[in-house]
Amino acid sequence: MPEPTETTSLSTLIGDALKRQVFAVQDYSLMSLQGLVNVFTPPQYWGDTINQMNLIGVNSLPIVALASLFIGGVLVLQTSSQFLRFGETALTGDVVSLALVRELGPLITALLVAGRNASGIASELGSMVVTEQVDAMRALGTDPLRKLVTPRIIAMVTMLPLLVAVSDLVGLFGGFIVASFSLRLGAVQFWTRAIDALEFGDLVQGLTKPLIFALIIATVGCYQGLRVKGGTQGVGRATTSAVVVSSILVLVADFFLAKLLLYMFRK
Amino acid sequence: MMRPTHSAPTEQMTTIVPGEPLITFKDVRVGFDEGDVLRGISFEVWPGETKVLLGESGSGKSVLMKMAAGLMRPDAGHIWVMGQDLSELPERELLDFRRHIGFVFQEGALFDSLTVEENVAFRLVEENMDDAEIETRVREVLRFVEMEEAIEKFPAELSGGMRRRVSIARALASRPALIFYDSPTAGLDPVTSQTIITLILRRRDLQGVTSLLATHRVQDAFGLANFRLDEASGRVVPLGADERASVPPTNVLVLREGKVYFEGTTEDVLHSSDTYLKEFLVSAE
Repeated sequence: MPEPTETTSLSTLIGDALKRQVFAVQDYSLMSLQGLVNVFTPPQYWGDTINQMNLIGVNSLPIVALASLFIGGVLVLQTSSQFLRFGETALTGDVVSLALVRELGPLITALLVAGRNASGIASELGSMVVTEQVDAMRALGTDPLRKLVTPRIIAMVTMLPLLVAVSDLVGLFGGFIVASFSLRLGAVQFWTRAIDALEFGDLVQGLTKPLIFALIIATVGCYQGLRVKGGTQGVGRATTSAVVVSSILVLVADFFLAKLLLYMFRK
Repeated sequence: MMRPTHSAPTEQMTTIVPGEPLITFKDVRVGFDEGDVLRGISFEVWPGETKVLLGESGSGKSVLMKMAAGLMRPDAGHIWVMGQDLSELPERELLDFRRHIGFVFQEGALFDSLTVEENVAFRLVEENMDDAEIETRVREVLRFVEMEEAIEKFPAELSGGMRRRVSIARALASRPALIFYDSPTAGLDPVTSQTIITLILRRRDLQGVTSLLATHRVQDAFGLANFRLDEASGRVVPLGADERASVPPTNVLVLREGKVYFEGTTEDVLHSSDTYLKEFLVSAE
Protein backbone atom coordinates (compact mmCIF):
# COMPACT_ATOMS: atom_id res chain seq x y z
CA MET A 1 0.00 0.00 0.00
CA PRO A 2 1.47 3.43 -0.91
CA GLU A 3 2.43 5.78 1.92
CA PRO A 4 -0.28 8.40 2.51
CA THR A 5 0.88 11.72 1.17
CA GLU A 6 0.58 15.02 3.00
CA THR A 7 -2.09 16.12 0.51
CA THR A 8 -4.27 13.06 1.01
CA SER A 9 -4.04 13.18 4.78
CA LEU A 10 -4.93 16.89 4.72
CA SER A 11 -7.88 16.27 2.44
CA THR A 12 -8.98 13.40 4.69
CA LEU A 13 -8.78 15.68 7.70
CA ILE A 14 -10.82 18.40 5.97
CA GLY A 15 -13.28 15.80 4.72
CA ASP A 16 -13.74 14.34 8.20
CA ALA A 17 -14.16 17.79 9.73
CA LEU A 18 -16.79 18.70 7.12
CA LYS A 19 -18.59 15.40 7.69
CA ARG A 20 -18.67 16.09 11.43
CA GLN A 21 -20.12 19.55 10.82
CA VAL A 22 -22.78 18.24 8.44
CA PHE A 23 -23.65 15.50 10.92
CA ALA A 24 -23.89 18.07 13.74
CA VAL A 25 -26.26 20.25 11.66
CA GLN A 26 -28.38 17.19 10.84
CA ASP A 27 -28.42 16.08 14.47
CA TYR A 28 -29.33 19.60 15.65
CA SER A 29 -32.10 19.90 13.05
CA LEU A 30 -33.63 16.53 13.96
CA MET A 31 -33.50 17.27 17.69
CA SER A 32 -35.05 20.73 17.22
CA LEU A 33 -37.74 19.35 14.93
CA GLN A 34 -38.64 16.61 17.41
CA GLY A 35 -38.68 19.15 20.24
CA LEU A 36 -41.08 21.31 18.22
CA VAL A 37 -43.33 18.42 17.15
CA ASN A 38 -43.63 17.44 20.82
CA VAL A 39 -45.24 20.84 21.51
CA PHE A 40 -48.33 19.66 19.65
CA THR A 41 -48.57 16.11 21.01
CA PRO A 42 -49.18 14.77 24.53
CA PRO A 43 -47.88 14.28 27.15
CA GLN A 44 -46.89 17.80 28.17
CA TYR A 45 -44.86 18.68 31.23
CA TRP A 46 -46.60 21.89 32.24
CA GLY A 47 -44.91 21.99 35.65
CA ASP A 48 -41.47 22.00 34.00
CA THR A 49 -42.67 24.52 31.42
CA ILE A 50 -43.88 26.98 34.09
CA ASN A 51 -40.64 26.51 36.00
CA GLN A 52 -38.67 27.33 32.86
CA MET A 53 -40.89 30.34 32.17
CA ASN A 54 -39.97 31.61 35.60
CA LEU A 55 -36.25 30.99 35.04
CA ILE A 56 -36.20 32.49 31.55
CA GLY A 57 -38.83 35.20 31.81
CA VAL A 58 -39.14 36.46 35.36
CA ASN A 59 -35.50 35.96 36.35
CA SER A 60 -34.20 37.65 33.18
CA LEU A 61 -36.44 40.68 33.70
CA PRO A 62 -34.05 42.77 35.88
CA ILE A 63 -31.05 42.57 33.51
CA VAL A 64 -33.20 43.10 30.42
CA ALA A 65 -34.91 46.13 31.99
CA LEU A 66 -31.66 47.62 33.25
CA ALA A 67 -29.86 47.16 29.92
CA SER A 68 -32.81 48.58 27.98
CA LEU A 69 -33.07 51.61 30.24
CA PHE A 70 -29.49 52.58 29.51
CA ILE A 71 -29.68 51.71 25.80
CA GLY A 72 -32.73 53.99 25.44
CA GLY A 73 -30.84 56.70 27.28
CA VAL A 74 -27.64 56.39 25.29
CA LEU A 75 -29.63 56.43 22.02
CA VAL A 76 -30.90 59.88 22.93
CA LEU A 77 -27.44 61.02 23.99
CA GLN A 78 -25.92 59.91 20.68
CA THR A 79 -28.66 61.29 18.40
CA SER A 80 -29.66 64.47 20.22
CA SER A 81 -26.59 66.46 19.11
CA GLN A 82 -27.47 65.79 15.45
CA PHE A 83 -31.09 66.81 15.95
CA LEU A 84 -30.03 69.92 17.84
CA ARG A 85 -28.05 71.04 14.78
CA PHE A 86 -31.25 71.06 12.74
CA GLY A 87 -33.52 72.21 15.55
CA GLU A 88 -35.54 69.00 15.29
CA THR A 89 -35.15 67.64 18.79
CA ALA A 90 -38.76 66.48 18.72
CA LEU A 91 -37.67 63.72 16.34
CA THR A 92 -35.75 62.08 19.17
CA GLY A 93 -38.89 60.19 20.19
CA ASP A 94 -39.24 58.81 16.65
CA VAL A 95 -35.67 57.59 16.52
CA VAL A 96 -35.67 55.94 19.92
CA SER A 97 -39.02 54.32 19.26
CA LEU A 98 -38.17 52.96 15.80
CA ALA A 99 -34.68 51.81 16.75
CA LEU A 100 -35.88 50.03 19.87
CA VAL A 101 -39.02 48.41 18.55
CA ARG A 102 -37.67 47.33 15.19
CA GLU A 103 -34.14 46.38 16.03
CA LEU A 104 -32.46 47.04 19.36
CA GLY A 105 -35.20 45.75 21.65
CA PRO A 106 -35.43 42.27 20.08
CA LEU A 107 -31.70 42.00 19.39
CA ILE A 108 -30.32 43.19 22.73
CA THR A 109 -32.90 41.18 24.67
CA ALA A 110 -32.11 38.06 22.64
CA LEU A 111 -28.37 38.49 23.16
CA LEU A 112 -28.84 39.03 26.90
CA VAL A 113 -31.11 36.00 27.19
CA ALA A 114 -28.69 33.95 25.06
CA GLY A 115 -25.86 34.87 27.41
CA ARG A 116 -27.90 34.16 30.49
CA ASN A 117 -30.17 31.26 29.53
CA ALA A 118 -28.55 29.40 26.62
CA SER A 119 -25.54 28.94 28.88
CA GLY A 120 -27.78 27.93 31.79
CA ILE A 121 -29.67 25.40 29.70
CA ALA A 122 -26.47 23.92 28.23
CA SER A 123 -24.74 23.60 31.60
CA GLU A 124 -27.81 22.13 33.32
CA LEU A 125 -28.50 19.55 30.63
CA GLY A 126 -24.78 18.87 30.16
CA SER A 127 -24.39 18.13 33.87
CA MET A 128 -27.38 15.80 33.66
CA VAL A 129 -25.74 13.97 30.76
CA VAL A 130 -22.36 13.47 32.46
CA THR A 131 -24.00 12.27 35.70
CA GLU A 132 -26.17 9.82 33.70
CA GLN A 133 -29.39 11.56 34.78
CA VAL A 134 -30.54 11.73 31.16
CA ASP A 135 -29.89 7.99 30.76
CA ALA A 136 -31.73 7.42 34.06
CA MET A 137 -34.69 9.33 32.64
CA ARG A 138 -34.65 7.12 29.54
CA ALA A 139 -34.32 4.03 31.73
CA LEU A 140 -37.46 5.12 33.58
CA GLY A 141 -39.33 5.29 30.27
CA THR A 142 -39.39 9.08 29.96
CA ASP A 143 -38.42 10.81 26.72
CA PRO A 144 -35.70 13.40 27.55
CA LEU A 145 -36.61 15.48 24.51
CA ARG A 146 -40.19 15.77 25.72
CA LYS A 147 -39.27 16.31 29.36
CA LEU A 148 -36.24 18.59 28.93
CA VAL A 149 -36.25 20.19 25.48
CA THR A 150 -39.92 20.90 24.73
CA PRO A 151 -40.66 22.79 28.00
CA ARG A 152 -37.62 25.01 27.36
CA ILE A 153 -38.76 25.73 23.78
CA ILE A 154 -42.29 26.61 24.91
CA ALA A 155 -40.99 28.74 27.78
CA MET A 156 -38.47 30.60 25.61
CA VAL A 157 -40.94 31.22 22.76
CA THR A 158 -43.56 32.62 25.13
CA MET A 159 -41.21 34.60 27.38
CA LEU A 160 -38.84 36.26 24.90
CA PRO A 161 -41.53 38.32 23.09
CA LEU A 162 -42.81 39.46 26.49
CA LEU A 163 -39.30 40.40 27.57
CA VAL A 164 -38.87 42.31 24.30
CA ALA A 165 -42.12 44.21 24.97
CA VAL A 166 -40.84 45.15 28.41
CA SER A 167 -37.46 46.04 26.95
CA ASP A 168 -39.05 48.36 24.36
CA LEU A 169 -41.12 50.11 27.02
CA VAL A 170 -38.28 50.50 29.51
CA GLY A 171 -35.92 51.60 26.71
CA LEU A 172 -38.37 54.30 25.66
CA PHE A 173 -38.66 55.35 29.28
CA GLY A 174 -34.85 55.59 29.51
CA GLY A 175 -34.85 57.68 26.34
CA PHE A 176 -37.56 59.92 27.71
CA ILE A 177 -35.67 60.55 30.98
CA VAL A 178 -32.50 61.56 29.12
CA ALA A 179 -34.49 63.59 26.56
CA SER A 180 -36.36 65.47 29.27
CA PHE A 181 -33.14 66.38 31.09
CA SER A 182 -30.80 67.06 28.18
CA LEU A 183 -33.23 68.33 25.51
CA ARG A 184 -35.99 69.64 27.80
CA LEU A 185 -38.54 67.60 25.83
CA GLY A 186 -41.97 67.34 27.44
CA ALA A 187 -43.59 64.01 28.18
CA VAL A 188 -46.50 64.58 25.82
CA GLN A 189 -44.19 65.60 22.97
CA PHE A 190 -41.83 62.66 23.43
CA TRP A 191 -44.43 59.94 23.90
CA THR A 192 -46.74 61.23 21.15
CA ARG A 193 -43.89 61.22 18.65
CA ALA A 194 -42.63 57.87 19.88
CA ILE A 195 -46.01 56.19 19.49
CA ASP A 196 -47.01 57.93 16.25
CA ALA A 197 -43.73 56.94 14.60
CA LEU A 198 -44.64 53.28 14.87
CA GLU A 199 -46.62 51.52 12.18
CA PHE A 200 -48.16 48.07 12.16
CA GLY A 201 -45.19 46.67 10.22
CA ASP A 202 -42.78 47.89 12.91
CA LEU A 203 -44.70 46.08 15.62
CA VAL A 204 -44.88 42.90 13.53
CA GLN A 205 -41.14 43.14 12.96
CA GLY A 206 -40.48 43.74 16.62
CA LEU A 207 -42.54 40.78 17.77
CA THR A 208 -41.74 38.29 14.97
CA LYS A 209 -38.01 38.42 15.50
CA PRO A 210 -38.12 37.30 19.15
CA LEU A 211 -40.07 34.18 18.17
CA ILE A 212 -37.29 33.06 15.84
CA PHE A 213 -34.57 34.18 18.25
CA ALA A 214 -36.26 32.20 21.04
CA LEU A 215 -36.26 29.04 18.94
CA ILE A 216 -32.58 29.52 18.19
CA ILE A 217 -31.57 30.15 21.81
CA ALA A 218 -33.61 27.28 23.28
CA THR A 219 -32.65 24.67 20.68
CA VAL A 220 -28.95 25.59 20.57
CA GLY A 221 -28.77 25.56 24.39
CA CYS A 222 -30.49 22.16 24.57
CA TYR A 223 -28.45 20.69 21.73
CA GLN A 224 -25.13 21.77 23.21
CA GLY A 225 -26.18 20.43 26.61
CA LEU A 226 -27.51 17.07 25.46
CA ARG A 227 -24.51 16.37 23.22
CA VAL A 228 -21.87 16.99 25.89
CA LYS A 229 -18.83 14.74 25.71
CA GLY A 230 -15.86 14.60 28.05
CA GLY A 231 -17.15 15.10 31.60
CA THR A 232 -17.08 18.43 33.39
CA GLN A 233 -14.64 19.94 30.88
CA GLY A 234 -17.16 19.08 28.20
CA VAL A 235 -19.88 20.88 30.15
CA GLY A 236 -17.70 24.00 30.20
CA ARG A 237 -17.11 23.77 26.45
CA ALA A 238 -20.80 23.20 25.77
CA THR A 239 -21.75 26.24 27.87
CA THR A 240 -19.35 28.48 25.95
CA SER A 241 -20.47 27.05 22.61
CA ALA A 242 -24.13 27.55 23.49
CA VAL A 243 -23.59 31.29 24.05
CA VAL A 244 -21.30 31.81 21.06
CA VAL A 245 -23.36 29.77 18.56
CA SER A 246 -26.75 31.10 19.67
CA SER A 247 -25.51 34.74 19.67
CA ILE A 248 -24.04 34.43 16.18
CA LEU A 249 -27.13 32.66 14.84
CA VAL A 250 -29.33 35.37 16.37
CA LEU A 251 -27.27 38.09 14.66
CA VAL A 252 -27.32 36.28 11.31
CA ALA A 253 -31.05 35.54 11.58
CA ASP A 254 -31.67 39.19 12.51
CA PHE A 255 -30.14 40.38 9.24
CA PHE A 256 -32.23 38.07 7.07
CA LEU A 257 -35.41 38.64 9.08
CA ALA A 258 -34.94 42.41 8.85
CA LYS A 259 -34.52 42.14 5.08
CA LEU A 260 -37.57 39.89 4.72
CA LEU A 261 -39.83 41.93 6.99
CA LEU A 262 -38.79 45.24 5.45
CA TYR A 263 -39.60 43.78 2.04
CA MET A 264 -42.95 42.45 3.26
CA PHE A 265 -44.00 45.80 4.66
CA ARG A 266 -42.53 47.76 1.73
CA LYS A 267 -40.15 49.76 3.94
CA MET B 1 -45.73 17.89 42.20
CA MET B 2 -47.33 18.96 38.90
CA ARG B 3 -48.06 15.90 36.80
CA PRO B 4 -47.43 15.51 33.09
CA THR B 5 -50.63 15.37 31.09
CA HIS B 6 -50.09 11.78 30.09
CA SER B 7 -52.53 9.52 28.43
CA ALA B 8 -53.20 6.28 30.29
CA PRO B 9 -50.16 4.06 30.78
CA THR B 10 -49.41 1.94 27.79
CA GLU B 11 -50.59 -1.60 27.70
CA GLN B 12 -48.04 -4.15 28.83
CA MET B 13 -46.00 -4.73 25.68
CA THR B 14 -43.52 -7.09 27.25
CA THR B 15 -44.12 -10.76 27.74
CA ILE B 16 -42.56 -13.36 29.97
CA VAL B 17 -42.94 -16.69 28.24
CA PRO B 18 -42.57 -19.73 30.54
CA GLY B 19 -39.71 -21.94 29.42
CA GLU B 20 -38.11 -19.09 27.47
CA PRO B 21 -35.13 -17.01 28.60
CA LEU B 22 -35.93 -13.50 29.80
CA ILE B 23 -32.79 -12.09 28.21
CA THR B 24 -30.99 -13.44 25.17
CA PHE B 25 -27.82 -11.94 23.72
CA LYS B 26 -26.81 -13.42 20.37
CA ASP B 27 -23.41 -12.53 18.90
CA VAL B 28 -23.65 -8.91 20.05
CA ARG B 29 -20.89 -6.59 18.88
CA VAL B 30 -20.29 -2.92 19.47
CA GLY B 31 -17.36 -0.58 19.05
CA PHE B 32 -16.49 3.07 19.51
CA ASP B 33 -13.72 5.32 18.20
CA GLU B 34 -11.32 3.69 20.67
CA GLY B 35 -11.99 0.19 19.31
CA ASP B 36 -14.32 -2.76 19.85
CA VAL B 37 -15.91 -3.02 23.29
CA LEU B 38 -18.06 -6.14 22.88
CA ARG B 39 -16.86 -8.78 20.43
CA GLY B 40 -19.59 -11.32 19.87
CA ILE B 41 -21.33 -11.75 23.21
CA SER B 42 -23.92 -14.52 23.55
CA PHE B 43 -25.68 -15.59 26.75
CA GLU B 44 -29.11 -16.08 28.28
CA VAL B 45 -30.78 -15.11 31.55
CA TRP B 46 -33.72 -17.24 32.69
CA PRO B 47 -36.71 -16.05 34.74
CA GLY B 48 -35.82 -15.89 38.43
CA GLU B 49 -32.10 -16.15 37.74
CA THR B 50 -29.53 -13.69 39.06
CA LYS B 51 -26.74 -13.37 36.52
CA VAL B 52 -23.58 -11.70 37.80
CA LEU B 53 -21.44 -10.08 35.10
CA LEU B 54 -17.95 -10.18 36.47
CA GLY B 55 -15.13 -8.28 34.84
CA GLU B 56 -12.40 -5.78 35.44
CA SER B 57 -12.80 -2.10 34.58
CA GLY B 58 -13.12 -1.56 30.84
CA SER B 59 -14.25 -5.11 30.11
CA GLY B 60 -17.56 -3.84 28.69
CA LYS B 61 -19.89 -4.57 31.63
CA SER B 62 -21.63 -1.18 31.68
CA VAL B 63 -22.01 -1.12 27.89
CA LEU B 64 -23.55 -4.59 28.00
CA MET B 65 -25.95 -3.53 30.78
CA LYS B 66 -27.04 -0.45 28.84
CA MET B 67 -27.63 -2.57 25.76
CA ALA B 68 -29.73 -5.02 27.74
CA ALA B 69 -31.89 -2.07 28.85
CA GLY B 70 -32.11 -0.67 25.32
CA LEU B 71 -30.13 2.44 26.25
CA MET B 72 -27.53 1.63 23.57
CA ARG B 73 -27.78 -0.24 20.31
CA PRO B 74 -25.44 -2.98 19.11
CA ASP B 75 -23.52 -2.62 15.85
CA ALA B 76 -24.32 -6.27 15.09
CA GLY B 77 -26.17 -9.16 16.69
CA HIS B 78 -29.53 -9.36 18.45
CA ILE B 79 -30.79 -8.72 21.98
CA TRP B 80 -34.14 -10.12 23.06
CA VAL B 81 -35.49 -8.98 26.42
CA MET B 82 -38.92 -10.01 27.68
CA GLY B 83 -39.95 -11.05 24.21
CA GLN B 84 -38.80 -7.85 22.49
CA ASP B 85 -35.95 -7.62 19.98
CA LEU B 86 -34.31 -4.45 21.31
CA SER B 87 -31.98 -4.13 18.36
CA GLU B 88 -35.00 -3.53 16.11
CA LEU B 89 -37.25 -1.34 18.30
CA PRO B 90 -37.48 2.41 17.63
CA GLU B 91 -36.74 4.71 20.60
CA ARG B 92 -40.44 5.44 21.18
CA GLU B 93 -41.19 1.75 21.72
CA LEU B 94 -38.01 1.33 23.75
CA LEU B 95 -39.35 3.97 26.16
CA ASP B 96 -42.49 1.86 26.63
CA PHE B 97 -40.36 -1.25 27.09
CA ARG B 98 -38.18 0.40 29.77
CA ARG B 99 -41.23 1.14 31.90
CA HIS B 100 -41.25 -2.57 32.71
CA ILE B 101 -37.67 -2.83 33.89
CA GLY B 102 -35.61 -1.31 36.70
CA PHE B 103 -32.11 0.06 36.22
CA VAL B 104 -29.68 1.00 39.00
CA PHE B 105 -26.84 3.15 37.68
CA GLN B 106 -23.25 2.94 38.83
CA GLU B 107 -23.26 6.31 40.60
CA GLY B 108 -26.98 6.28 41.37
CA ALA B 109 -27.85 8.88 38.70
CA LEU B 110 -30.46 10.46 40.97
CA PHE B 111 -32.11 13.63 39.68
CA ASP B 112 -30.27 16.22 41.73
CA SER B 113 -33.01 18.86 41.52
CA LEU B 114 -35.60 16.48 43.01
CA THR B 115 -35.96 15.22 46.58
CA VAL B 116 -35.55 11.56 47.48
CA GLU B 117 -39.34 11.23 47.47
CA GLU B 118 -39.68 12.83 44.03
CA ASN B 119 -36.86 10.68 42.66
CA VAL B 120 -38.48 7.47 43.84
CA ALA B 121 -41.93 8.61 42.72
CA PHE B 122 -40.72 9.69 39.25
CA ARG B 123 -42.01 6.67 37.32
CA LEU B 124 -45.21 6.47 39.37
CA VAL B 125 -46.05 10.12 38.69
CA GLU B 126 -45.43 9.51 34.98
CA GLU B 127 -47.98 6.70 35.17
CA ASN B 128 -50.54 9.08 36.69
CA MET B 129 -50.85 6.93 39.78
CA ASP B 130 -53.07 8.15 42.59
CA ASP B 131 -51.25 10.47 45.06
CA ALA B 132 -52.06 8.33 48.09
CA GLU B 133 -50.88 5.20 46.34
CA ILE B 134 -47.65 6.93 45.29
CA GLU B 135 -47.03 8.00 48.90
CA THR B 136 -47.62 4.44 50.12
CA ARG B 137 -45.43 2.87 47.44
CA VAL B 138 -42.59 5.38 47.92
CA ARG B 139 -42.54 4.88 51.69
CA GLU B 140 -42.68 1.11 51.21
CA VAL B 141 -39.61 0.96 48.96
CA LEU B 142 -37.72 3.55 51.01
CA ARG B 143 -38.44 1.52 54.13
CA PHE B 144 -37.14 -1.53 52.29
CA VAL B 145 -33.81 0.18 51.59
CA GLU B 146 -33.86 1.73 55.10
CA MET B 147 -33.95 5.28 53.78
CA GLU B 148 -37.40 6.41 54.87
CA GLU B 149 -35.99 9.08 57.16
CA ALA B 150 -34.28 10.75 54.17
CA ILE B 151 -37.49 11.15 52.20
CA GLU B 152 -37.33 14.96 52.09
CA LYS B 153 -33.61 15.24 51.46
CA PHE B 154 -31.92 16.10 48.18
CA PRO B 155 -29.33 13.72 46.66
CA ALA B 156 -26.51 16.18 47.41
CA GLU B 157 -27.23 15.71 51.14
CA LEU B 158 -26.72 11.93 50.95
CA SER B 159 -23.59 9.80 51.13
CA GLY B 160 -22.55 7.57 48.21
CA GLY B 161 -24.05 4.46 49.80
CA MET B 162 -27.31 6.25 50.61
CA ARG B 163 -27.59 7.52 47.05
CA ARG B 164 -27.10 3.97 45.79
CA ARG B 165 -29.88 2.74 48.12
CA VAL B 166 -32.26 5.45 46.93
CA SER B 167 -31.40 4.51 43.36
CA ILE B 168 -32.37 0.92 44.15
CA ALA B 169 -35.62 2.17 45.69
CA ARG B 170 -36.35 4.18 42.53
CA ALA B 171 -35.76 1.09 40.37
CA LEU B 172 -38.01 -1.03 42.60
CA ALA B 173 -40.87 1.48 42.90
CA SER B 174 -42.68 0.31 39.78
CA ARG B 175 -42.25 -3.35 40.85
CA PRO B 176 -40.43 -4.50 37.72
CA ALA B 177 -39.94 -8.19 36.97
CA LEU B 178 -36.42 -7.54 35.69
CA ILE B 179 -33.77 -5.35 37.33
CA PHE B 180 -30.36 -4.30 36.06
CA TYR B 181 -27.72 -3.33 38.62
CA ASP B 182 -24.75 -1.57 37.02
CA SER B 183 -21.85 -1.91 39.49
CA PRO B 184 -24.00 -1.10 42.52
CA THR B 185 -21.10 -1.61 44.93
CA ALA B 186 -18.40 0.25 42.95
CA GLY B 187 -16.55 2.79 45.05
CA LEU B 188 -18.27 1.82 48.30
CA ASP B 189 -16.65 0.58 51.49
CA PRO B 190 -16.99 -3.18 52.23
CA VAL B 191 -19.72 -2.73 54.87
CA THR B 192 -21.90 -0.54 52.63
CA SER B 193 -21.25 -2.88 49.70
CA GLN B 194 -22.52 -5.77 51.81
CA THR B 195 -25.63 -3.76 52.70
CA ILE B 196 -26.34 -3.16 49.01
CA ILE B 197 -25.88 -6.86 48.16
CA THR B 198 -28.17 -7.80 51.05
CA LEU B 199 -30.86 -5.49 49.64
CA ILE B 200 -30.56 -7.13 46.22
CA LEU B 201 -30.70 -10.56 47.82
CA ARG B 202 -33.76 -9.69 49.89
CA ARG B 203 -35.57 -8.41 46.83
CA ARG B 204 -34.67 -11.54 44.89
CA ASP B 205 -35.97 -13.85 47.62
CA LEU B 206 -39.08 -11.84 48.44
CA GLN B 207 -40.33 -11.23 44.91
CA GLY B 208 -38.35 -13.63 42.74
CA VAL B 209 -37.25 -10.87 40.39
CA THR B 210 -34.75 -11.65 37.66
CA SER B 211 -31.54 -9.64 37.94
CA LEU B 212 -28.51 -8.84 35.84
CA LEU B 213 -25.77 -7.45 38.03
CA ALA B 214 -22.46 -6.05 36.79
CA THR B 215 -19.57 -5.94 39.25
CA HIS B 216 -15.82 -6.27 39.52
CA ARG B 217 -16.12 -7.81 43.02
CA VAL B 218 -16.39 -11.58 43.07
CA GLN B 219 -17.62 -11.25 46.68
CA ASP B 220 -20.90 -9.85 45.34
CA ALA B 221 -21.48 -13.04 43.36
CA PHE B 222 -20.64 -15.27 46.34
CA GLY B 223 -22.83 -13.17 48.63
CA LEU B 224 -25.83 -13.65 46.36
CA ALA B 225 -25.12 -17.34 45.69
CA ASN B 226 -24.39 -18.46 49.25
CA PHE B 227 -27.01 -16.64 51.31
CA ARG B 228 -30.77 -16.49 51.40
CA LEU B 229 -33.45 -14.52 53.17
CA ASP B 230 -35.08 -16.34 56.06
CA GLU B 231 -38.60 -14.93 55.78
CA ALA B 232 -39.60 -16.06 59.28
CA SER B 233 -36.86 -14.10 61.04
CA GLY B 234 -36.35 -11.52 58.28
CA ARG B 235 -32.60 -12.16 58.46
CA VAL B 236 -30.13 -13.14 55.77
CA VAL B 237 -28.71 -16.57 56.56
CA PRO B 238 -26.13 -18.86 54.91
CA LEU B 239 -27.58 -21.25 52.37
CA GLY B 240 -27.53 -24.87 53.42
CA ALA B 241 -26.15 -27.48 51.00
CA ASP B 242 -29.62 -29.04 50.61
CA GLU B 243 -31.31 -25.68 50.05
CA ARG B 244 -29.55 -24.72 46.80
CA ALA B 245 -32.23 -26.18 44.58
CA SER B 246 -34.99 -24.28 46.41
CA VAL B 247 -33.62 -20.75 45.95
CA PRO B 248 -33.35 -18.83 42.67
CA PRO B 249 -30.05 -19.66 40.95
CA THR B 250 -27.13 -17.22 40.86
CA ASN B 251 -24.75 -17.69 37.97
CA VAL B 252 -21.60 -15.93 36.92
CA LEU B 253 -20.57 -14.67 33.51
CA VAL B 254 -17.01 -13.40 33.29
CA LEU B 255 -16.22 -10.81 30.63
CA ARG B 256 -12.70 -10.34 29.39
CA GLU B 257 -11.66 -7.98 26.61
CA GLY B 258 -15.19 -7.78 25.26
CA LYS B 259 -15.80 -11.54 25.15
CA VAL B 260 -17.47 -14.09 27.40
CA TYR B 261 -14.51 -15.71 29.15
CA PHE B 262 -16.39 -17.99 31.51
CA GLU B 263 -19.98 -18.90 32.33
CA GLY B 264 -21.08 -21.05 35.24
CA THR B 265 -21.95 -21.13 38.91
CA THR B 266 -19.97 -19.59 41.75
CA GLU B 267 -18.93 -23.13 42.69
CA ASP B 268 -17.44 -23.55 39.22
CA VAL B 269 -15.49 -20.32 39.72
CA LEU B 270 -14.28 -21.49 43.12
CA HIS B 271 -13.02 -24.82 41.83
CA SER B 272 -11.63 -23.56 38.53
CA SER B 273 -7.91 -23.90 37.90
CA ASP B 274 -7.97 -21.02 35.42
CA THR B 275 -5.35 -18.40 36.30
CA TYR B 276 -7.50 -15.42 35.33
CA LEU B 277 -10.43 -16.60 37.46
CA LYS B 278 -8.08 -17.27 40.35
CA GLU B 279 -6.98 -13.63 40.18
CA PHE B 280 -10.55 -12.62 41.01
CA LEU B 281 -10.60 -14.99 43.97
CA VAL B 282 -7.26 -13.69 45.22
CA SER B 283 -8.47 -10.09 44.95
CA ALA B 284 -11.52 -11.05 47.04
CA GLU B 285 -9.31 -12.34 49.81
